[in-house]
Amino acid sequence: MTTLLRDLYASTHEFVRTFGAFQLFFLRLLKDAPRILVRRPGLVIKQVYNTGALSLVIIMVCGFFVGGVLGLQGYSNLARFNAEDSVGSVVALALIKELGPVITALLFAGRAGTALSSEIGLMKATDQLSAMEMMAVNPVRRVLVPRFLGGAIAMPFLVAIFSCIGLFGGHVVAVDLLSVDVGSFWQQLQLSVDIDDIREGFYKSVVFGIVVSLLAVWEGYNAVPTAEGVGRATTRTVVISAIAILILDFMITAVML
Amino acid sequence: MLRRSAFLPINRYYGPALDDTSENLIEIRDLMYSRGSRVIFKDLNLTIKRGEVTAIMGPSGTGKTTLLRLITRQLVPQQGVIFVNGVDIASLNRTQLYEQRRRFGMLFQNGALLTDLNVFENVAFPLREHTNLSNRLIRHVVLTKLHAVGLRGAADMEPAELSGGMARRVALARAMVMDPDIVIYDEPFVGLDPISMGVIVRLVRRMNDALGITSIVVSHDVAEVSTVADRSYLISDGKVAASGSPDELNNTNSELVRQFMHGMADGPVAFHFEAPNYAEQLLGRDAE
Repeated sequence: MTTLLRDLYASTHEFVRTFGAFQLFFLRLLKDAPRILVRRPGLVIKQVYNTGALSLVIIMVCGFFVGGVLGLQGYSNLARFNAEDSVGSVVALALIKELGPVITALLFAGRAGTALSSEIGLMKATDQLSAMEMMAVNPVRRVLVPRFLGGAIAMPFLVAIFSCIGLFGGHVVAVDLLSVDVGSFWQQLQLSVDIDDIREGFYKSVVFGIVVSLLAVWEGYNAVPTAEGVGRATTRTVVISAIAILILDFMITAVML
Repeated sequence: MLRRSAFLPINRYYGPALDDTSENLIEIRDLMYSRGSRVIFKDLNLTIKRGEVTAIMGPSGTGKTTLLRLITRQLVPQQGVIFVNGVDIASLNRTQLYEQRRRFGMLFQNGALLTDLNVFENVAFPLREHTNLSNRLIRHVVLTKLHAVGLRGAADMEPAELSGGMARRVALARAMVMDPDIVIYDEPFVGLDPISMGVIVRLVRRMNDALGITSIVVSHDVAEVSTVADRSYLISDGKVAASGSPDELNNTNSELVRQFMHGMADGPVAFHFEAPNYAEQLLGRDAE
């Protein structure tokens, strides 16, 4: 019993300590972010390219098929009520408010998040961060902040692209394959989607971008500097990001209803 | 990590600080550092003279790299003081520390080249970060440094394309690019072929003399270090076991120094890590 309590205390203590360190780390990144954006925009643009542009293919392919599946499911279910003309609004609302931000964030964590944490972890393991320190270059400013900003900036654009391609996929399936009237598809879509829906999707994309990028740089920076340590950090980035995305999605949806 | 006051007894006096024209560029007084329950340094005293090549030697695991990290304030001593250029390095804030580090060049064991930059950009990195030199001037400086290490032709190569020796030479060019006062070499001879080793040994000496810098070489390659060092320190059991010129160390009567300098298996430094009785362990009796 005593051992159990001691273990529980140690775990709680460790969790609180780590969570506090994580928040301080976030504040440190935020503090240096304006300086890097103004003085070293090239570093940030390079990371927007690395995390955003290089994720485009996977985002577009997945967006197309998610939109296609929504078109199929929407059509088959709405057809029971003779409401298949509304498939445009089902596809659009599901993509813009929910699936666009969530699936993009999950894919982003898998593609860009893991790349960020493993890159930073390897830089640590091979003394590159120590070498920067020894060259009087602050690695937090030079390495972490641009990567964090790059990921956070890229995410809303990726979500927008995912949703647009998803709509195209839904259109191809519903209109071209299942013969839903094209006018009805777009008219229903325009009638059902308003600016609040787009705003909700945008807020989610911003929050997910910040959270996934933050978790990726945190895990990479705190990785044990060995091959196994970097591997574990990469895995943790995906697992914790996925959990955080789904919990935050629920919270934001609840707040914005 | 930087809150040194948490470790230092405030009533302890470590002697007067050096001024920055002192003959001793680095002075370590009563250094104590431990990791967990393992004491790495215990009342270590050591001075590094301006303009000399100083070798720090010792058996594996004696904390040679840790000592370098303490000198460069990547680690903070738990007791004692380290003066660098007349300044207690542990008392500096981050800005002051970075000012001080601009006077250092450090060659890491594995080179620590930045993998997202090519050879040219690796050497140019400190210049781009700390100066407003034009691209043309940076190009001249970088090519000069690369030429000095014989790798001007490799300027466009990526770090992954370099051999270990080449990477070490690029890292040396990068360490020298800001014309530092102190250059620190962490195991510069490990894993090098004889030609690369000879080149590095000569470079260490030549750059030290030509540029008037102070060099610290951490190594256990006794033969190579002896050809290049003005003064050597042998560290064992957390203290300086012996010091002097390579000749003095070679001719000493100390058993420990003779064992180390001549690579003998028998002597005060045990080859085997502490372990239970071999025969008992093989027979499985150690678990009983």
